[in-house]
Amino acid sequence: MKELKLMKGNEAIAEAAIRAGADAYFGYPITPQSEILEYLMAEKPHERTGMVVLQAESEVAAINMVYGGAACGRKVLTSSSSPGISLKQEGLSYIAGSELPCVVVNVVRGGPGLGTIQPAQSDYFQAVKGGGHGDYRLIVLAPQSVQEMADFVDLGFELAFKYRNPVMILTDGALGQMMEKVWLQEQKPRMKTFPEWATTGKTPDRERNVITSLDLDSAEQEKFNLKLQEKYRKLEAEEVRFEHTETEDAEYLLVAYGTSARICQKSVRLAREKGIKAGLLRPVTLFPFPKKPLMELAGKVKGILTVEMSTGQMVEDVRLAVECKVQVEHYGRMGGIIPTPEEIVDALGNNFLK
Amino acid sequence: MAENTGIKDIVKDENLVYQKTSVLTDNVMHYCPGCGHGTAHRLIAEVIEDMDIQSDTLGVTPVGCAVLMYNYLDIDMQEAAHGRAPAVATAIKRLMPDKYVFTYQGDGDLAAIGTAETIHACNRGENIAIFFINNGIYGMTGGQMAPTTLSGMKSSTSPYGRDVQMMGNPMKMTELVAQLPGTWYVTRQTVHTPASVRKAKKAIRQAFENQKLKKGLSLVEIVSNCNSGWKMSPVEANKWMAENMFPFYPPGDIKLEGKLVVKE
Repeated sequence: MKELKLMKGNEAIAEAAIRAGADAYFGYPITPQSEILEYLMAEKPHERTGMVVLQAESEVAAINMVYGGAACGRKVLTSSSSPGISLKQEGLSYIAGSELPCVVVNVVRGGPGLGTIQPAQSDYFQAVKGGGHGDYRLIVLAPQSVQEMADFVDLGFELAFKYRNPVMILTDGALGQMMEKVWLQEQKPRMKTFPEWATTGKTPDRERNVITSLDLDSAEQEKFNLKLQEKYRKLEAEEVRFEHTETEDAEYLLVAYGTSARICQKSVRLAREKGIKAGLLRPVTLFPFPKKPLMELAGKVKGILTVEMSTGQMVEDVRLAVECKVQVEHYGRMGGIIPTPEEIVDALGNNFLK
Repeated sequence: MAENTGIKDIVKDENLVYQKTSVLTDNVMHYCPGCGHGTAHRLIAEVIEDMDIQSDTLGVTPVGCAVLMYNYLDIDMQEAAHGRAPAVATAIKRLMPDKYVFTYQGDGDLAAIGTAETIHACNRGENIAIFFINNGIYGMTGGQMAPTTLSGMKSSTSPYGRDVQMMGNPMKMTELVAQLPGTWYVTRQTVHTPASVRKAKKAIRQAFENQKLKKGLSLVEIVSNCNSGWKMSPVEANKWMAENMFPFYPPGDIKLEGKLVVKE
């Protein structure tokens, strides 16, 4: 039965993981996402579903545990925040290179370096452009509410297994720490059968399964890379997710994801009260990026303003998507500062109405 | 023996005393002639066959010379990033506790880049086996200094010999992890003579048996040679190994049944 609870975003992710029938969580504490590991330890999912939870010695070890478990065909997730996600990039490249499914949660904080423990969206490049070495992409989901934090865990596993690709839930310290009501899905059973490629012990009826990202033959390595790119094109064709608000008659378009998008919804209302016909496009998948709907809107509006809690990272993808059809500007705050709805309306005016 | 006796006259079922284990594939190994990796692979494969656990065994291969181990063992295997094999094996074992899980790692992998993963998997007492091939050098990358390179030993990055003042001391990883409560069985073996090969096989078998009994972590170090990296012939390398490596890395058991072996 579905259940309504009041929870922190981080707790919702942890509870959603248990209910999604996850087989394991491997992680390492870091603010502002430590509640995920704390909740899982307190909930004893081993007793509830048999789910394994282990605190690793480092983020590096945790992501490699994810790699080991994912290779066995299991539903495995990990979570961290920006500096920890940087450490996980090695493992993510290997997981992507071995075409394994997993869910990685990044509750972003301000950087670079140790930065701040306050929310930010400055890991966009790292999330959508690869992050680790090699030509690979993560599927990136950007929730804007505690409800979506929970829902995207299950969706993440679905996409991860469908495409044999790591999925990142890119969220931030505001959503991780925020409490909201959340409908939790019914408990799903854990998987009993595993994909045919998984290393579960070679049986006499099949060849051995080898999980590796190594191919010393350049021709083969290029062939594999082309296959990966084909997968990413398929994702771009079939898995783009986005929402739009008041875009029907919009003259100015805000583009924002996650916490910023949530704030922009109020900015749209404020702008309209002032007589500025504003609308909002919210990418839900940051990779694959909603290029087509942006291109369509670019032909109708007079200007686009991206709002990000960063110096402007997604704005590059918006500019690429609209191919200079319309002026694209950026407004953002950094260092853990969250922009206000009023600031965003002002930025709209300053960029396009003066 | 008659001059025209061919090999086929000799190789007959009734004359066979030894056959290749079916757990080894027919692929030709890429290792340099005289290298210990081939022997170590064979011993692991033989133990898997002897214990009839081919379907229940999962291996984790390292980065380095043995990166292609999965081409030679007919079992499910995963290739780990450099040094991360113990973390990978931890997850496999936690998710499939009834399977036999082992890592196979060189000294660069286990004692340098993967020190943290090694020590913590040992300290947690993961119920896995770690096979540690120590040849005192980075083989695959062309003979650079390893943490296990002996004092005064030459390598491509210590061309005048390892200067411990400048480059630090050689590291006895096996003695180090033996101190940790999570390790159940820690031993150092070699594969350079028929007698030592038999002893090493017994140790490898013990490491798998310990998993069956869920005793905790077994680490079997095998001090081996690197003819190419040491720039010696196989025979010279084995001689040099016995004379120089064994005094610093003495073969023998270090921890048995969770207790350190007290040397008289």
